Amino acid sequence: MAWFRKTKTPLKAQDRRDLPGDVWEKCPSCNEIVYREKFRENWNVCPECAHHLRLPALDYVRLLLDEGSFTEMDAEMRSGDPLSFEDLKKYPERLAQAERKTGRRDALISGHGRMERIPVSLAVMDFSFIGGSMGSVVGEKIARAGRHALEEGTPFIIVSASGGARMMEGIFSLMQMAKTSAVLAELDRAGLPFISLLTDPTTGGVTASYAMLGDVNISEPGALIGFAGPRVIEQTIKQELPEGFQRAEFLLEHGMLDRIVDRREMKASIAILLRHMLSLPAPETSETGSPEG
Amino acid sequence: MATVAHLDFEKAIAEVEEQIDRLRHMAREKGLDVTGEMESLEGKLKSLQTETYENLDPIERVQVARHPRRPYTLDYLERIFTDFVELHGDRMYRDDESIVAGWARLDGESVMVIGHQKGRDMKENLQRNFGMPHPEGYRKALRLMKLAEKFGRPVFTMIDTPGAYPGLGAEERGQAEAIARNLREMAALTVPTISVIIGEGGSGGALAIGVTDRILMMENSVYSVISPEGCAAILWKSGSERDKAATALKLTAPDLNHLGVIDRIIKEPTGGAHADPDATAEALHGVLRETLDELKSLSPEELHEQRLEKYFAMGEWHPRS
Ligand SMILES: [Zn+2]
Repeated sequence: MAWFRKTKTPLKAQDRRDLPGDVWEKCPSCNEIVYREKFRENWNVCPECAHHLRLPALDYVRLLLDEGSFTEMDAEMRSGDPLSFEDLKKYPERLAQAERKTGRRDALISGHGRMERIPVSLAVMDFSFIGGSMGSVVGEKIARAGRHALEEGTPFIIVSASGGARMMEGIFSLMQMAKTSAVLAELDRAGLPFISLLTDPTTGGVTASYAMLGDVNISEPGALIGFAGPRVIEQTIKQELPEGFQRAEFLLEHGMLDRIVDRREMKASIAILLRHMLSLPAPETSETGSPEG
Repeated sequence: MATVAHLDFEKAIAEVEEQIDRLRHMAREKGLDVTGEMESLEGKLKSLQTETYENLDPIERVQVARHPRRPYTLDYLERIFTDFVELHGDRMYRDDESIVAGWARLDGESVMVIGHQKGRDMKENLQRNFGMPHPEGYRKALRLMKLAEKFGRPVFTMIDTPGAYPGLGAEERGQAEAIARNLREMAALTVPTISVIIGEGGSGGALAIGVTDRILMMENSVYSVISPEGCAAILWKSGSERDKAATALKLTAPDLNHLGVIDRIIKEPTGGAHADPDATAEALHGVLRETLDELKSLSPEELHEQRLEKYFAMGEWHPRS
C-alpha cells in the first residue's frame, strides 16, 4: 500500500527554514520535519518513526470503512441545555462556538457502512468538539447506532477520544455512561461483536463506560488512556507519575487492552477479528497471521 | 475531626445544643428542676434547625451530605435490616473496605445490601479510604449482585462516596474497566434493584453501584457528575467558586427530582439526618419497603424493559426522535 511505503529521507530543518510553516509538520517524537502532506497520506503517522499523531474523527471513518459505504445517522442531532448551565459562558454559547469550529453538531459521528465488505455500525468521537466530552447527544447517538446494530444483527465499533463527561449537562452526562453501557448489554445478550478502539486521549466517563467494554479492546501506540486524569492522580498521591503511566503500552501490560495496533493496519486487523467472531471465512488473499500481526 | 463536628452554618445550632448539654449536666449535679428552661431551649433549637435547614443553599447541602456525623451505610444496615452477614472480597485481589456488602433481611425477607462506607475518624477513614473504592471494591459489589441474582433476591445499594479513588494502583488494576463492567452488568440484572443516595453521590464512583430500577435520594444528599470544587476549578478556573458550581450543577435531591432523574426523595428530620439517625432510618425503611413491593409486582421481562426505557430516556437532545 502506497501510504505505508517509507518515504525518502526528508530534508534537514535548516534547508527549509524559509518555506511557509503550514507545509511542514515537525514530528513531536523524532523531531523530523516532514511534508504535512506525507503525514496526511500516512493517516497522521510519522513516516520516520511511526509516532501516532491524533487523527480527525472523519478520517477514522475513511480509515475503517470501505470507500463510499458510510451512511451517517443523526448528523443534525443537537444538545439541549437541560440545566440552563452557565459558568463563565453560557452552555448554548459553548455549543455554538464548538459547532462553528468543527462544523459538527456534537462530539460524535455515527452511522453504518462496510468494513472489508462486512456490514457494521460505527461511532467515532470527535475530540475537537468540547474535548470529546460525552453529553446527551453522544449518549443518544451511541444508543441509536448500537440499536441499529441490534436490528441489523451487525457488529458495533466505537472509536473513542474523550476528556470525559460533559460537565455542563450535569447528572445527564453521568447518566450517559449508564445508557451507553445498557445498549452494550443488549448487544451482549444478542451475541453481537463490540469492538472498542481507544485513541489518544480516552479518559474519564468514556473510559469508565463503553470504551472499556469491548469484546476486544484495541488501542494505538502511545495513546493516553485512563479513568482519572494524570494531574488529578498527581495531586491525590502527591508524587510524580512513572514514565509511560496510562499509555496504551501500560494498559496492555496490565491486562486492560487486547492489542495495540498500528493505525495503518487497523482496518485489516479489526476485520480479521470480526470474521473470527462472525464465523466468516478468512479471505483467500489473507496473509498468514503472526503473533504480532 | 472531633466527635461532635459542626458546619459553619450550624454554629448557632451548636451553641444552643451546648447550652442544653450544660443545663442538663447542671440539673443532674445539683438536682435542680430545669424543665421550664429546658423546654424553652429545645424549642429554640427546633426553630433554629428548621430555619437553617429549610433554606439550605446547594453548597450547604453538599456540606450536609458530607457531614462527619451523617449516617453511613452500616448505620442504616443496623437500623433497617436484620440478620446482616457481611461478605468480603472480589476473589481476585483483596477486600476493599470502602464498600460493605452482604446478605440481610428487610422485614424478614432476604436481600443483598451493598454500600459505600466512610469512616468516622482518621483511623477508620484509612481503613475505608474515605469511602473511595478501588476496582476491587466494585468487583466485590458486582460479584455479590450476581450472587443475589443467582438466588432471585433483590439488590439494595447505598451510595455515599466522593468518587472512585484516583490513584496508581486503581489505574493499574483497571478502575475504568471495573466501573464500566458494573454499569453493563447492572443494566442486565434480572432481579429488582434499588439504589439510595444517602450522602455524596460522587460521579462514576457512585454510578458504578447505581444503575438500578429505582433511584432514591435522601433529602440532603447530592448526586453529581463532578464535585463542585472540581467543576469550579475547571470551568471557573478557581476552586473558590464552588458555591456557584454547586448551584449550576443542579445536584440536590429536589433539583434531580425536578429533572426527572430520580424517583423519590426521602424526607430527613429537622436538622438533617445526623440530627436524628433513628427517625431517618425509619423513614428510609418505609420507602424501601414500598419501592420493593412495587418492583416485585413486575416480571423479570417487565423489569428489564422498564430499566432500559428509564436509562434510554435520560438526557436532552433535539430532534427527540
Ligand atoms: Zn517521528
